[in-house]
Amino acid sequence: MGKSIMRSRLFWPIMVLILILLINLFFDSSFLSIEVRNGRLTGSIIDILNRGAPLMLISIGMTLVIATKGIDLSVGSVIAMSGAIGAMSVANAETDGLGPLFTAIALALVISTLVGGWNGLLVSRIGVQPIVATLILMVAGRGVAQLITGGQITTVYYDPYNFIGGGYLLALPFSVFIVAFVLLLAVLITRKTALGLFIESVGSNPDASRLAGINSKNIMLMVYLFSGFCAGVGGLILSSNVMSADGNNAGLWFELDAILAVVIGGTSLMGGRFYLMGTIIGALIIQSLTTTIYSIGVPAETNLVVKAVVVLIVCLLQSPEFRSKVFGTGKLKKTKEQKESEGVTLS
Amino acid sequence: MPERQPRLVMENIVKEFPGVRALSNVQLSLYPGEVHALMGENGAGKSTLIKVLTGVYSIDNGSVVLDGKTVHIKNPQDAQEKGISTVYQEVNLCTNLSVTENIFIGREIKKHGRLAWKEMHKRAEALLASLQLKIDVTKLLSSYSVAIQQMVAIARALNVSAQILILDEPTSSLDRDEVKQLFSVIRKLKKDGLAIVFVSHFLDQIYEITDRLTVLRNGEWIGEYMTEELDRVDLVSKMIGKELQELEAVTKNVSHESAERETFLTADQVGLKGKIHPFNFDLKKGEIVGFAGLLGSGRTEIARLLFGADKADQGTIKIKGEKLNFSSPRQAIVNNIGFCSEDRKAEGIIPELTVRENIILAIQSVNGWFRYISKTKQTKIADEYIELLNISPANPEQLIKNLSGGNQQKVMLARWLVTDPELLILDEPTRGIDIGAKTEIMKLMTELSQKNKAILFISSELEEILRTSHRIAVLRDRKKVSEYQNQKGLTQQELMKEMAGGM
Repeated sequence: MGKSIMRSRLFWPIMVLILILLINLFFDSSFLSIEVRNGRLTGSIIDILNRGAPLMLISIGMTLVIATKGIDLSVGSVIAMSGAIGAMSVANAETDGLGPLFTAIALALVISTLVGGWNGLLVSRIGVQPIVATLILMVAGRGVAQLITGGQITTVYYDPYNFIGGGYLLALPFSVFIVAFVLLLAVLITRKTALGLFIESVGSNPDASRLAGINSKNIMLMVYLFSGFCAGVGGLILSSNVMSADGNNAGLWFELDAILAVVIGGTSLMGGRFYLMGTIIGALIIQSLTTTIYSIGVPAETNLVVKAVVVLIVCLLQSPEFRSKVFGTGKLKKTKEQKESEGVTLS
Repeated sequence: MPERQPRLVMENIVKEFPGVRALSNVQLSLYPGEVHALMGENGAGKSTLIKVLTGVYSIDNGSVVLDGKTVHIKNPQDAQEKGISTVYQEVNLCTNLSVTENIFIGREIKKHGRLAWKEMHKRAEALLASLQLKIDVTKLLSSYSVAIQQMVAIARALNVSAQILILDEPTSSLDRDEVKQLFSVIRKLKKDGLAIVFVSHFLDQIYEITDRLTVLRNGEWIGEYMTEELDRVDLVSKMIGKELQELEAVTKNVSHESAERETFLTADQVGLKGKIHPFNFDLKKGEIVGFAGLLGSGRTEIARLLFGADKADQGTIKIKGEKLNFSSPRQAIVNNIGFCSEDRKAEGIIPELTVRENIILAIQSVNGWFRYISKTKQTKIADEYIELLNISPANPEQLIKNLSGGNQQKVMLARWLVTDPELLILDEPTRGIDIGAKTEIMKLMTELSQKNKAILFISSELEEILRTSHRIAVLRDRKKVSEYQNQKGLTQQELMKEMAGGM
């Protein structure tokens, strides 16, 4: 039964994603085709996966934060910080060896995770409301990023840095592997251990969770740490894509896209149940929308409006109340009968 | 009374939920100026019927006739406009708003487009005065006791010129005097011609205040009776559909020679400023100790200190002779202590999780996050306790929020039984649940003590305490005042005197 619910939760987001892809196909018959060029797979689908990588990453982190009834507004700024740290630390690299690359990655990720932990401490130990706590870092993080870059866009000429966001492995963009790895990590750690249960429990009722022996504070601390880490990885990919450090615009508005992706994926902002695969679909919907708007030649100014409309549609489709009103009550009745046939009775 | 025109007639009401027929062909009639009890066990359909009447649920079949006209109650606002008001079991008010705001929220009085606070305060005071309550209405609701909050909820319900007032378990968190006060209010409202639906598990109160009653069982209508013509034994057997001997099967535990038993817990001058005066207390294995005391007497506070939910600021707690002052519930759980909170909704259930997950939560947190109990094993554990405690519906994948109060309580018990605790602290485990479940819980306590487990039992029902406990501690005004061996001669009167004090 759990699986069928899971399936139905993913059903509408997947339908919308397919619809968007079909619309693209209508305008561009080669949209779905994937070619091999220079040993690399290329095509619009690959593009969406590649460009959507940072959003998917921070959305994974955001999912767990939202599951604890929290929210992380700082991820966009952490992206800027992480990108700035990574890019600036290799900007003056004199060799083409890999030493500076690893230093840059380590530095960016450690600091991103630490600032995520700062959010976590404010929320779990001091009791600051998540939206306020992360708002502080949203402002401060971008400020720090601008300080690091001196308010300017600094170009990186150190080639290995390009591999993170622009490199290829086994004919696929390397960023796709990064996303797959982080997603796998998140799924394993939440579903193959009790962590997922604890996160959902804390999000649903923190007081009762504490009395059941769960260390709610540490759970909260952990999800913000992880969210910071995800944003750090996303920041590296973004700055590596453009081979520059941009404290002003990197990761701008990403937090909102991530929250949207999580909501589209079926995770409630009220905390509790979370759906990582739903989130990934949500992020892909948002990314393919952006790609679509550019590729079918709609003026770029309409991007935000179209995005909002699509998100609205997905949210409406996910609401059982809306579905029963628009499509009639037939569907609800059917599931009722189905469940009845499973033989659950009151007595 | 029946010759008068009924205010409300509900007939052949059917309500189905996925997998459950919550109500099948239920009826209910209400006359002006009567107090009508709605009786039934947990899961009998009382709450569902009330929610149908108040427009929270729509019905799948049946008719509702209000003052002679067939009506369709669309939603709670619609119900209120039709004069049907409810005070729910768990008070549903905004504790961070003032008393006045709570009474007028959603229908504020305005003058020239602005809120007329003076007028509203005045009206709120008058409303509460009619309920014999004089309080500062500008203060936050959270600064008042649950009993007063309950009165405010009633005042709020009355403010909408109610014709029908539904009181769902209004007395479950009130002490004796407060119940008296509530009843005098109910009598007054009855004289004013209101039709009042009264839901309660306290039989004494049913016989004291109600005129007629309707009995439901498993979603079915059993019958409608004049209260005074139906004696208690008949009523109970109609509600539970079982023979009454079972009710008596809980044998009274009279104190036995517990001298040789090993001491499990010792508290030496443990206290917390502003919560509980320093107290001494010890608990032996296989012993049930009852805590008797009024609301706010400090009984819950002691339980929370022993469990580490609050941290004591003085004194020492020893577990099996080892000094341990818990600073978190987790430490207590690891040391084999379990705690069922009195506030099931806020501190017990995890509403968004399934029955299975709620059951295994405590044992999983003892195991730690890394040693995950496999789904198969979880289901096995859940199934075992669903059967043992008779939890219904018997589906481990049901979300716990969809269960009735009594069944949620059983899930909470299951959560702790799975951890096999040596000391189980039960804070009002029988509150708001039906007689059948109460009996099962008391039986279970006796069984546990026979298995050498220690139990700390907090209850407002002195009868239950006297029936099950070996020893009884009495609390008054945040102080532990005395301790009794439970001997044959010990009576409720004696305990009550001690609880009241100053005699």
